[in-house]
Amino acid sequence: MDIRLENVSHSYDSFEVMRDISLEIPHGRIVCIVGPSGCGKSTLLRFIGGLERPKQGRVLQVGTPPADCLNPLTYIFQDFALLPWRSVAGNISLVLEDHGIKGAAAKEIIDDVLARTKLTDFAKALPKQLSGGMKQRVAIARALAVNPAVMLMDEPLSALDSQTRELLMDDLVSLWTRTPFTAVYVTHNLAEAVRLGHSIVVLSRRPGQIREIVHLDTPLAERQFGDPELDRQQRHLWQLMRDEARAADAELLDV
Amino acid sequence: MSDTTLSHPPAAARTEARTVSFRGGGFAPERKRWVGGVVFVLLIAIAEWGTRAGWISALTLPKPSDVLQTLIDLHQSGLLYKHLSPSLSRLVVGAALGASFGIGVGVLIGLFSYVRAGLVPLVAAIFPIPKIALLPLFVIWFGIDEGSKYALIAFGTFTPTVVATYGAVDNVDRSLIRMGQSFGLSWLSIVRKIVLPGAMPGILSGLRISLAIAIILLVAAEMLGAEYGIGAYILEAGALYDLERLFAGVLILSVLGVVVSTVIGLVERHLLDWRS
Repeated sequence: MDIRLENVSHSYDSFEVMRDISLEIPHGRIVCIVGPSGCGKSTLLRFIGGLERPKQGRVLQVGTPPADCLNPLTYIFQDFALLPWRSVAGNISLVLEDHGIKGAAAKEIIDDVLARTKLTDFAKALPKQLSGGMKQRVAIARALAVNPAVMLMDEPLSALDSQTRELLMDDLVSLWTRTPFTAVYVTHNLAEAVRLGHSIVVLSRRPGQIREIVHLDTPLAERQFGDPELDRQQRHLWQLMRDEARAADAELLDV
Repeated sequence: MSDTTLSHPPAAARTEARTVSFRGGGFAPERKRWVGGVVFVLLIAIAEWGTRAGWISALTLPKPSDVLQTLIDLHQSGLLYKHLSPSLSRLVVGAALGASFGIGVGVLIGLFSYVRAGLVPLVAAIFPIPKIALLPLFVIWFGIDEGSKYALIAFGTFTPTVVATYGAVDNVDRSLIRMGQSFGLSWLSIVRKIVLPGAMPGILSGLRISLAIAIILLVAAEMLGAEYGIGAYILEAGALYDLERLFAGVLILSVLGVVVSTVIGLVERHLLDWRS
């Protein structure tokens, strides 16, 4: 299943947030969206997942999601959004219960996704016992449990320290290499974008518009920390964004 | 070069070396188990000493040992339970009615904008009414026997529970609700599995206050048409200026308050152990 954005524009009252964004998210690829703060990248992600409606333009699902897909458009949030009163397994079971998956069937799925995210030993732990990186892995396991057609990742690593971020990027790459998934990955971190993105969409500052789309051909598994080619791409992205970021930083907020 | 400067500071700097004075600490409540007990014992000891020595007159304060004796007599004559059991049943029925309606209405206010717009001003209007003033009215509406007593206590617990509950529902982390929606959870599932557990800490701390109010209102409820009951007992002792019995009754209410608060503490520890 692909996602297509057609001429999406949005404003809050008279405050223009984004202008005329058209974008194609092809099956089995990770599309990163980068841009200075306030350019509407998280808003764009909420449009794609149907949590908010754009003022103009539309978001289309092209094709039908696979039959075993419980929740085609599935988010991974920056703040993890785990229920603190449920255990790791309970948090995953939460998203299965509404589909009538309980008991042995649920256990099978939970065991599988916990194994894939290396969390098997922590099934009974409460979120307060987990580190930030583990919490985000639980959130990833929860997303995998519903077999999403497209993963919508809203700065998933931004709340983590840089070592944990590296580890989780490796985890995401190995998850993708084993079973390629479609993802829209919003971040302000260019290093994440060049490690995980098959294409990188650079947005301008408010009102957000597409400035450039960079395609990276190096397979995900071959992208290493400190790779000169990736560094070159990252520098290029930073040059694109630098002035925008500076101008965005100096702007007054009236929202 | 910089290494040498670091490890061998100039002689002038070395002579002025002083330990950095500590200025952190404090502002962190610690658990001191015995202090509460000591304060109680000290106050009672002073009262006992004063009343025995005579510098506290018998009209000002009864002798603590006499109050204790009154309690023992009450227990031995069986009168204690004759007073306690109707009071407890009034408290339980009234508070259960008030708290459950309060939680129900509070959740509805928290979830539906129309209910909120309609009921919040109403709750604000009835909150400050001294419920005792309405007792004669309740007697006419619900009868002179148990009905009016249940109603008074229920009414008194209802309003603080409503206010605490909708505040608690408002404070539920919106990002958890968005998460529920993004996984396609039904409205009912979101309310049952996200909103209610998320509001539980606020609801329980609200119950602490409402149940204390219920105990206060117990005395008021027993002002009219109650032969037995702790409140009736206290009021009668007060009318006769029988200080020993008055204090014995007040003591029972205090113990009741401590018991209720402990029970809520236990429930909190059991239900809210997920809090960090």
